[in-house]
Amino acid sequence: MEIFGIPLQALLSQLLLGLVNGSFYAMLSLGLAVIFGLLNVINFAHGALYMMGAFFAWMGLTYFGLGYWEMLLLGPLVVGLFGIIIERTMLRWLYKLDHLYGLLLTFGITLIVEGVFRSIYGVSGQPYSVPDALAGATDLGFMILPNYRAWVVFASLAVCLATWFVIEKTKLGAYLRAGTENPKLVEAFGINVPLMVTLTYGFGVALAGFAGVLAAPVIQVSPLMGSNLIIVVFAVVVIGGMGSIMGSIVTGLGLGVIEGLTRVFYPQASATVVFIVMAIVLLIRPAGLFGKEK
Amino acid sequence: MNKKIAYSILLVALLVAPFGMYPVLLMKLLCFALFACAFNLLLGFTGLLSFGHAAFFGGAGYVAGYAIQTLGLSFEVSIVLGVVAAALIGLLMGLLAVRRQGIYFTMITLALAQMFYFVCLQAPITGGEDGLQGLPRGKLFGLLDLSNDLSMYYVVLALAVAGFALIVRTVHSPFGQVLKAIKENEPRAISLGYDVDKYKLLAFVLSAALAGLAGAVKTTALGLASLTDVEWTMSGLVILMTLVGGLGTISGPIVGAVLVIGLENRLGDIGEWLANTTSVEWFRTLGDSVSIVIGFIFVICVLLFRRGIVGEAVAWLAKKPIRKPS
Repeated sequence: MEIFGIPLQALLSQLLLGLVNGSFYAMLSLGLAVIFGLLNVINFAHGALYMMGAFFAWMGLTYFGLGYWEMLLLGPLVVGLFGIIIERTMLRWLYKLDHLYGLLLTFGITLIVEGVFRSIYGVSGQPYSVPDALAGATDLGFMILPNYRAWVVFASLAVCLATWFVIEKTKLGAYLRAGTENPKLVEAFGINVPLMVTLTYGFGVALAGFAGVLAAPVIQVSPLMGSNLIIVVFAVVVIGGMGSIMGSIVTGLGLGVIEGLTRVFYPQASATVVFIVMAIVLLIRPAGLFGKEK
Repeated sequence: MNKKIAYSILLVALLVAPFGMYPVLLMKLLCFALFACAFNLLLGFTGLLSFGHAAFFGGAGYVAGYAIQTLGLSFEVSIVLGVVAAALIGLLMGLLAVRRQGIYFTMITLALAQMFYFVCLQAPITGGEDGLQGLPRGKLFGLLDLSNDLSMYYVVLALAVAGFALIVRTVHSPFGQVLKAIKENEPRAISLGYDVDKYKLLAFVLSAALAGLAGAVKTTALGLASLTDVEWTMSGLVILMTLVGGLGTISGPIVGAVLVIGLENRLGDIGEWLANTTSVEWFRTLGDSVSIVIGFIFVICVLLFRRGIVGEAVAWLAKKPIRKPS
């Protein structure tokens, strides 16, 4: 069967690959949005921390014999802890200043983290194999579904939706949203806002770490994998606007799919299509698809 | 008055410098100093953080290099073409970016510059990963042979001084005052009736064109246009130069550019020296880990040193009590 002269199997597999990439965009832009909401900081280091998550998965297996599932839990925890240290020791001092200093600080941290990994492991990728339980593929009749890719989409969707649920539907989330609106008032109600800020940063960063561990078997683990991704994620954030949690998730997945389709129909543009979409959205709806007009 | 004396001394020093230092390194320093000053026009005097200036710097370099090598155009026409190209890219990027404020502006410029990077990577005329190599310098107005490093140096110096003078003039002009007003309080500038977006766009295009001048001159002087100049790390580097020297100071970016490029060039030697004096062997690899060092400087500057070298010096001079002559 063919659609527009492209075999259905090829189309569907690129679509799935697009969804896989889209889940990474969704998780990273979700983390950026949560952090920006409370801290007013654009976390440039998000890409580097995603890379760290992937490297931790690889290091866990290579040095400590820890398997994929252990690292899927441990990786985000360690990355989150690293983030908490960054927030406590450095970011904390910049909240009263212009937004740009937060961006520049995290940019510096990105260079350090990437530089350290690069000086140890070089620029070439480290292979990381798919865990046994998810190896192989399932024949769905109309397409062959690689199990691991399906798992990535499922796991990231589950994590994104859980995050949405916690922020929009629970009491903890209500504190968080209130803190985004007016931190002083929330503090007056006896809630420890600085602690909340620290934990939020830790959580947002742990999401990046989780995405990194998920990515390790799909993408070659290399020190540069994060910085290439983070710029695309910035474009995703501009397209979606950072005001809405669901908006980040939908935009991320949607752009992944668009990118996948571009790879089928016009491969030359697959690296730039997200930026082109961003330009179009800026022309039509400057505030972003889910952003509020000021 | 003091400033005039200081600038005259600097100019004289630059005029005699090629007799004591390697002219090619000096030309590189001049180009980066102009690049950082052009960037500072936007960040320091208009309050817009662009993370996409590499596109103008590197883009102009490619255009100038292509014009002089493949099209066989003369030096001055190639430079002008490079500047025009940078201004056009700046116009397109600026039209999109001024539609959003603050941190979004920065992300948009970064994303569009990355898009430009991919275009350069794939376009047939840029030479892809290899870049354009062995570019000729040509002759200035068909008379002065520029393959001589010394004559090339004086042409670069003249262009850099002209660019710098234009920046100083802009900052002190009525236009510059409006830019400053936008930086200090944008809503108020709007309420006073200024079309803020138009001013921002004009500043953006001007900054892009000057960055393009720096890039085009650098490419012809070094005979090389490569992907490094359009990569996002280059945009980061120019931010660092401006930050180290002092945001919103006239001469700060020059100091910053000289320090950062000097450090990049000398890092290997500094590492050797540190390894020999402290006997920590790791320092020997310092030359390969430029990005770690740059990252640390970023973090230190942002946390402790936000006014930059020139900014701190100005603040210190202002605080010092004026001694009366006895």
